[in-house]
Amino acid sequence: MSPEIEVQLIAVIVAAACALPGVFLVLRRMAMLSDAISHTVLLGIVLAYFVSGALGSPLLFVGAVAMGVITVALIELVGGAGLVREDAAIGIVFPALFSIAVILISRYAGNVHLDVDSVLLGELIFAPFDRVTLAGLDVPRALLIGVSTLAINLALLGLFYKELKLTSFDPGLAAALGFTPTLVHYGLMTMVSVTAVGAFDAVGSILVIALMVGPPAAAYLLTDRLPVMLLLSVLIGAASAIAGYWVAYWLDVSVGGAMATMTGVAFGLALLFAPGRGLVAGAARRQRQRWEFAQQMLALHLLNHEGAAEANEECSLRHLSSDLRWRADFAQEVVRRAERDGLVRREGPVLTLTERGRQAAREASLR
Amino acid sequence: MIIRPYGSTYAFFTPTVPHMHFLTVVFTDYTLRTVALGAALLGVVSGVLGCFAVLRRQALLGDAMSHAALPGIAVAFWLTGQRDPLVLLIGATVAAWLAALLILGITRASRVKEDSALAMTLAVFFGFGLVLLSALQKHPNAAQAGLKTFLFGQAAALVERDLAVMALLGVPALLCVALLWKQFKLLSFDPEYAASLGMPTGFLSVLLTTLMVLAIAIGLQAVGVVLMSAMLVAPAAAARQWTNRLSAMVLLAATFGAGAGVAGALISATARGVSTGPAVVLCLTAITLVSLLLAPERGLLWSAWRRRQAMAIPE
Repeated sequence: MSPEIEVQLIAVIVAAACALPGVFLVLRRMAMLSDAISHTVLLGIVLAYFVSGALGSPLLFVGAVAMGVITVALIELVGGAGLVREDAAIGIVFPALFSIAVILISRYAGNVHLDVDSVLLGELIFAPFDRVTLAGLDVPRALLIGVSTLAINLALLGLFYKELKLTSFDPGLAAALGFTPTLVHYGLMTMVSVTAVGAFDAVGSILVIALMVGPPAAAYLLTDRLPVMLLLSVLIGAASAIAGYWVAYWLDVSVGGAMATMTGVAFGLALLFAPGRGLVAGAARRQRQRWEFAQQMLALHLLNHEGAAEANEECSLRHLSSDLRWRADFAQEVVRRAERDGLVRREGPVLTLTERGRQAAREASLR
Repeated sequence: MIIRPYGSTYAFFTPTVPHMHFLTVVFTDYTLRTVALGAALLGVVSGVLGCFAVLRRQALLGDAMSHAALPGIAVAFWLTGQRDPLVLLIGATVAAWLAALLILGITRASRVKEDSALAMTLAVFFGFGLVLLSALQKHPNAAQAGLKTFLFGQAAALVERDLAVMALLGVPALLCVALLWKQFKLLSFDPEYAASLGMPTGFLSVLLTTLMVLAIAIGLQAVGVVLMSAMLVAPAAAARQWTNRLSAMVLLAATFGAGAGVAGALISATARGVSTGPAVVLCLTAITLVSLLLAPERGLLWSAWRRRQAMAIPE
């Protein structure tokens, strides 16, 4: 495989791995926990490094994951006492843990390859240089980690799909049915930590947040069904990853940054063009409703004065402006549309209802 | 490879102040005085504005806005080619402000919840900032490292000019809070009532967010993007435990912020390998912990003791 293909493959797999737990974070309104966790794993890595004394040790992975879960527990401890709100608890806990990590690194880890910048920012483009041999295959380490993370997430999702779904949408019912929402919650948090640790090595912690929250938030605008949302999130994440890679390639800029930007673009597109729920669809619907309402008003007005002595006077186009307080051009457009839809007929200057228009007016008056 | 957390500026102090007394150091060492003053100023401004942020349930907005400032810094540098703190701060302010509006817009216009809007805006703006920074690297006088220290905070490198800029942004922000005290108070506790009185709540809310952005812009240079959220949230959360009055809470938060700022600067000046930003944040965390445990009426130990008293009453 060429390095270009490898980088894209890693990006797509990491994006997919992040999107799966991200869906549940978004649904449970816990997206900012991804921010906290992806920062504090640094402390886990540092502490595990002091214990193991080696940067390659698997203990670093374990330490980082554990610290992610501990972060959540601390946030709940601080927030759960009822003295500060949960969001304030997040804002207090993770900078504190991050500060400890920074101080520990600068004091005690004098000449180790533990660069705060690279933890926060990551650099996907160098991933193909760090290689491992597995069963005779020479693969980038990041690819191996990414595939493992994705496999773990898929397995956990397959095993606990029902539990995750129920506790996300109706925690009360889940508890009543004998599920333990706390257990599921911490299971999910472990999943988020594993994913953050697995991914941030390759792409940096900030991009982890973008990949965990961006694609699920976009998918949330596109569907009401959980399986579809999961699938869409993975697809949007993968598409953002590839688009980001090529944008970065053409403009010669940071790959991770471009991928994060692309998740934003994907969300923006969903926000604008989501069928039914998007801003464009909303504006179109309001526009349509405006004309429909005006046509109903016209039909009602005509029905009111139908057959009365003043009918000829009241039912002229000119009169609509003063009676319904419509601007002349607006009135003209309403009449044109009503004529097109077969609601009114023009007889000289006088407007008369068709049978269909009369029907529409009666329905509108009953509403 | 040598680690450079937030640059290697903590080395600044080690030769100058090996074993001197704290106070002697404060009054004699010019650099330390500047750093302590800067950290204290930041502590006051972010403490005051953090109170309103916490009361209005916007504790994490500060975190999102501080991350979102990055592209603004990059663009400001790109447009002017200068690394003047004022220019970069204006860029940061504009970008953070846009992010705040965007977050508000997303939550209003769609069914996406606030936490998702915050996390996504934070990460996307930051990512876009990285894109701009990496493009800037090709700029002839890029000094990208300089921008990075700006991003990660470097209180130890503050000079008088930075202090002037901090004061230029911070003092008007504080004055604004003092002038609109009644309005901001009502907005924080009962926005519907404020609106029914005919107050321009939309305008006031945007103004308060703008002031928060100013506090963040000041803080970026000193403590950096990641730790800024603690500067806003921790003093307010700690002060809240001691009082039910807004005026007392704001004053306490400002005191906590300033105290932690000075203490953090002193600690980082005397201890090897402790940079100022993390030291300030840990001081604030300690204050918050003490407040959560000990504050009369609300504190955890206090309420545990009261429960015990209640249990001890003979039946």
